[in-house]
Amino acid sequence: MSDPQIPMPYCPAVLAAGLRALPLAPLSLSLTVFARKIAKSNPGLFNRLGEYDRTEFVLDPVDLPIVLRLNPNGGQPKVKLTRRHTVASARISGPLAALLGLVHGAFDGDALFFSRDLVVEGDTGAVLALRNAIDDAELDLAAEAASLSGPFARPVQNLIAFAENRTGLCLTRPEDSAIW
Amino acid sequence: MVMEIVCPAGTPAALRAAVKAGAHTVYCGFNDETNARNFPGLNFNRTELRDGVNFAHQHGAKVLVAINTFPRAGDEGIWHRAINDAEICGADAVILADLGLLDHASRNHPALRRHLSVQAAAANADVINFYAETFGVKRVVLPRVLSVPEIAAINTETDVETEVFVFGGLCVMAEGRCSLSSYATGLSPNMNGVCSPASHVDYTEDHGVLDARLGGYLIHRVDKGEPAPYPTLCKGCFSAGEKTGHLFEDPVSLNAEKLIPQLQKAGVTALKIEGRQRSKSYVAQVVRNFRAAVDALDAGRPLPEGMLARLSEGQAMTTGAYKKTWR
Repeated sequence: MSDPQIPMPYCPAVLAAGLRALPLAPLSLSLTVFARKIAKSNPGLFNRLGEYDRTEFVLDPVDLPIVLRLNPNGGQPKVKLTRRHTVASARISGPLAALLGLVHGAFDGDALFFSRDLVVEGDTGAVLALRNAIDDAELDLAAEAASLSGPFARPVQNLIAFAENRTGLCLTRPEDSAIW
Repeated sequence: MVMEIVCPAGTPAALRAAVKAGAHTVYCGFNDETNARNFPGLNFNRTELRDGVNFAHQHGAKVLVAINTFPRAGDEGIWHRAINDAEICGADAVILADLGLLDHASRNHPALRRHLSVQAAAANADVINFYAETFGVKRVVLPRVLSVPEIAAINTETDVETEVFVFGGLCVMAEGRCSLSSYATGLSPNMNGVCSPASHVDYTEDHGVLDARLGGYLIHRVDKGEPAPYPTLCKGCFSAGEKTGHLFEDPVSLNAEKLIPQLQKAGVTALKIEGRQRSKSYVAQVVRNFRAAVDALDAGRPLPEGMLARLSEGQAMTTGAYKKTWR
């Protein structure tokens, strides 16, 4: 688990600047494919969303020039990147590091809320359901990305490990330390 | 004998994290109104509970199932099925509050160990002994309104094991009797399993100033950079006359870590951590911290310094009623 005393890192400005130049439509399509791969291997995640499994969420990394719209769509998720802030049923804002740390179970959502690293707006029940569902799913985005990369899995893993090391962003699931 | 650490689990992942971090016992609930943490996306279905119990037992830990709300007239069957299914899933005990449910469990599930929930607000030896003699209760979770000397006094007059909260969100009211959430939202922890239900909570941030509303009532406003509290009325900031302040209690978490030696001397069997609504990250960090503390106490070593402030509501902590400096 990450040390809660270490300040939250911000995404490097060069990465944020790079995102300004990228076309968002193919990125959105890639993220939708990626999200559907995760959905297929984690059906329990969508069961846990319950009545919120078709709620439109906006995930807003405040240190990036884009926001991510996520519709779980009953287990067939749709992802769309936009450059402007958009209205949705529920919104979660915070540094990219906080959002990724939540996904990977490195941070506690309530603690991030207490410290104001995370801001929640809109349907609080939906946000809570999403957070609890993701926490239980024990996702590892790096492992999922590697499994989609076929023969390039090892180079992709190495690249992610390099990026994690250089940026301080939590791009993989931390190991649980066992004491038994 | 090492004091027992009783840890929360809102999801199967949190249960596994608690066990891996060294929990002796984990408590959890079904994903319905039969438990006092009936939040969206939280809790266990029957299959998840059975698997969780198996995992815990394989690693030498126990699982308690909280069925600690008060059944609604005409719908008692939901609560009866929960007790039955907890036994079928292999739970080591159920945590109950309602007199009728205790009676039902003792008559129909005599082999299933019964603990008395904090929701029953049993705060003296006479009532605890009544629960033990009448319903075979083996352990009581004491309400968070008692001082350490009062806990010691109870333990001299009862053979029932006592379990006390040592960390986490702090109810400042007599549990099971608080109607504040119901007043603002129509839903309460006692009947619906939700204090300040998320569906009635609304946050808005404007230029760094965060407003929290519950049931439409503004209950907090914190400036940029100030720690945010939970949206509960008991920790709300109110204006009356010319004064504005926290009427009942400041937004703080309980941390009785430093009182563990005194609690042991007072005869306490088990130390309970609040937070089934929290993540597996919280569970792992808090459990590891408290397991290290009780192991150190058992070995005669000084207690390790904790690092739990950031995990606490308002990023501030109190020893609550255990030391009577509490208002």
